[in-house]
Amino acid sequence: MADSPSNNEYWSANIRLVTICLVIWAFASFGFAILLRPLVSGIAVGGTDLGFWFAQQGSILVFLVLIFFYAWRMNSLDKQFGVDEE
Amino acid sequence: MDQTTLNFIFVGASFALYFGIAIWARAGSTSEFYAAGRGVNPVVNGMATAADWMSAASFISMAGLIAFTGYNNSLFLMGWTGGYVLMAMLLAPYLRKFGKFTVPEFVGDRFYSQTARIVAVVCLIVISTTYVIGQMTGAGVAFSRFLEVDSTTGLIIASCVVAVYAVLGGMKGITYTQVAQYCVLIIAYTIPAVFISLQLTGNPIPGLGLFSSMQDGLPGGIEAGTPLLATLDGLLTDLGFNEYTATTNPWLMALYTLSLMIGTAGLPHVIIRFFTVPKVADARWSAGWALVFIALLYLTAPAVGAMARLNIITTMWPNGVEGDAVAVDDLPDWFRTWEVTGLLGVEDLNGDGMIQYYNAGSEAGAALAEANGLEGNELVTFNRDILVLANPEIAQLPGWVIALIAAGGLAAALSTAAGLLLAISSSISHDLIKSVINPGITEKGELLAARISMIVAIVLATLLALNPPGFVAQTVALAFGLAAASLFPTLMMGIFSKRINSKGAVAGMLAGLISTCLYLFLYLGWFFIPGTALLDSSQYLFGIPTTHFGPIGAVLNFVVAYFVSNATEEVPQEIQDLVESVRIPRGAGAAVDH
Repeated sequence: MADSPSNNEYWSANIRLVTICLVIWAFASFGFAILLRPLVSGIAVGGTDLGFWFAQQGSILVFLVLIFFYAWRMNSLDKQFGVDEE
Repeated sequence: MDQTTLNFIFVGASFALYFGIAIWARAGSTSEFYAAGRGVNPVVNGMATAADWMSAASFISMAGLIAFTGYNNSLFLMGWTGGYVLMAMLLAPYLRKFGKFTVPEFVGDRFYSQTARIVAVVCLIVISTTYVIGQMTGAGVAFSRFLEVDSTTGLIIASCVVAVYAVLGGMKGITYTQVAQYCVLIIAYTIPAVFISLQLTGNPIPGLGLFSSMQDGLPGGIEAGTPLLATLDGLLTDLGFNEYTATTNPWLMALYTLSLMIGTAGLPHVIIRFFTVPKVADARWSAGWALVFIALLYLTAPAVGAMARLNIITTMWPNGVEGDAVAVDDLPDWFRTWEVTGLLGVEDLNGDGMIQYYNAGSEAGAALAEANGLEGNELVTFNRDILVLANPEIAQLPGWVIALIAAGGLAAALSTAAGLLLAISSSISHDLIKSVINPGITEKGELLAARISMIVAIVLATLLALNPPGFVAQTVALAFGLAAASLFPTLMMGIFSKRINSKGAVAGMLAGLISTCLYLFLYLGWFFIPGTALLDSSQYLFGIPTTHFGPIGAVLNFVVAYFVSNATEEVPQEIQDLVESVRIPRGAGAAVDH
């Protein structure tokens, strides 16, 4: 049972999902909030630029959405591959 | 009723609540003591995790940290929340599925090695002890500041309070107390913030107020309709300070952020909170809820920082930066109150009867001094903690709000201390006594051992906090660096790789542990003893400060573990099966009754 093909597929689906989430995670924090801040500096937000907003508000909001999206998606993948808890 | 009496009533009421919970939530088994019987609702666990995570530093110091450097210290906001994304996707659900009680237990079983388990115990104890000293000291300071007892007495009262509910209830008692503590601390933090945001911008949500425009009729020559941050930038540049929204060094900022994120994800006292929920699916949701409750404070903190900084400037310059500064006799009452504590201090250096606050070390500051006959910054002491502590008074809120801040600060310190003490004591009773010293111990015996370990841990933490080693500040950097360099990579590889074997894991953990310690010791002194540092900060390797070293230690851990594992034997089949079973949620219920 441990090495069944469906378990391997389940695991690769999980890895794909984690990778996508972590790319967004990196863009929201290291990207727009820090290293790519000059790129979005033209977009004004309340007396400063988008990068500042990402650094003090936006990144945290993105993290929240990511964790809930991941939880929702994984819980449905569990059912789809029949590995959910009864 | 005077303020101290009011503070006593609020703090006393909150303590009575914690004791009530402790008696209600006594632990009757090791499963209850270590993991609250794995029956905690994911939302409740999220709330407890938020209190567990947010310490006196988050509650009292963070807004000030941000206020003094503006944009650059946003790294604390991102670093201390972004780690939860890593924890939710890379660690928490799998460790919950594994279904044991401690972090070293997973390391020991997955890497089929007692040595690996003991190295993990050492990492855990160093990380958690460092942290707990800071929390106990913080609780002592909070007591002395609000209740006017001396800090030694305050510290001992705090230890006794924690002892009652942690020893009696273990994880179960701690969980429900943390929920109560979260409610106290978030209310205390939010109320003054909402009022200040309303006064300055008219927006009741501080996180939105931060990006709103100024209200009419504010003092200090502030133009209505200008965005708050633009106003703050303007005032600060006029006074010779750096612009609030300016970037200094993006690469170092990114590295420090990463260091805090990985460190957060690797902190054992937070990880074990996810062992308390019934199912793997709950562990995933629970990480999200934890971040919701953390975000309520973390989205507010930057607003508190910026608004309090603005308020301090307009207090010092009531007629605008071009006009006269505040006269010594006109300083507000709250200013005088806090001057007594030594957190604020003024000195009329040029004897003009006014207090000029500016940055004397800058070009703009020098020009200002030249033009107005100033002889230096006259706000000589300006402790960053004042921004949160004095917030209710600055906003002219009633005394009960100040009392609430006292109860909130103590709740933040106590909840984190309890979580850390549990991580330490369960590691001693479960990973050392049960696993190494006396494997034949009965369930009842282990529960007693866990309680005794808890008492010993509290006594030791109290003693260390009473005589804090001079290096407490530096060791906090060590705790984060170690969590990032030792536990996080090892746990992650244990789940995501079937190739990493016991030799690789031990070598990797030691590489992370030793390189991090070495880097800190080289620049801060051997075991932080002053005067023994071999190098100074101008000689940082690639200019990397000691606080930023975590990710480098983590990379060393990964690389060493990879090469050593590939050069040595394959992982045994039964361990590969264990990894497979950790990866899928099915069967987590069965793991409860082991």
